[in-house]
Amino acid sequence: MERFFLGAGLVLGGLMLLSLYRGVFGPTVLDRLMGVNAIGSKTVVLLVIIGVLYRRVDMFVDIALAYALLNFIAVLAASRYFQKRKGLRGNPQQRAAPRPREGT
Amino acid sequence: MVDALVVGLVAGGLVFFAGGTVGILRLPDFYSRLHPAGKLDTAGSVLAMSGLALFALLPISLDSVLTSLKILLIVVIVFLTSPTATHAIVDAGVRAGLEPWKKDKGEPSP
Repeated sequence: MERFFLGAGLVLGGLMLLSLYRGVFGPTVLDRLMGVNAIGSKTVVLLVIIGVLYRRVDMFVDIALAYALLNFIAVLAASRYFQKRKGLRGNPQQRAAPRPREGT
Repeated sequence: MVDALVVGLVAGGLVFFAGGTVGILRLPDFYSRLHPAGKLDTAGSVLAMSGLALFALLPISLDSVLTSLKILLIVVIVFLTSPTATHAIVDAGVRAGLEPWKKDKGEPSP
């Protein structure tokens, strides 16, 4: 059972590394934000798995809970902030198109 | 018996996570990439956390029951917050005027 949880944690780590590609090379800022959000939602599960491996689930559950809330707040605040930024589009031929804007 | 159930639940969660990661990497557009990011990560979290809560319950005592309830609380929070965060990212994209990808329009973005 220990071995299984170790393997599950390693697979989760590999999936987080794959999601990091979208976080680094994403064409727009919002793609990077999405990659970071995917990594965060995997980290919550990984923290509980680490707690099972260390036989201290009662402590790591609290850390995972705090991390879930922090991830949510960070993504919400960043998405509210980056909607006003210019240069959001990675595709340069779309940049000339008129951008619909709502009230300031 | 319970161990087999735990292994099945956590492995199912990993399968959902892998599908979400493949969707994030391979789909052509920002909006279509958010679709696996929003749903499959939530489903994978719920499955894997259910398996871990069942594993933490195994020697039944007051502490282990409380720990399992906390893990289920994380499941509830993830179920509430993950679609909300995805919706916030989609809303930011719509407000910034990102065009949805069309097949005849151009190359799929990397």
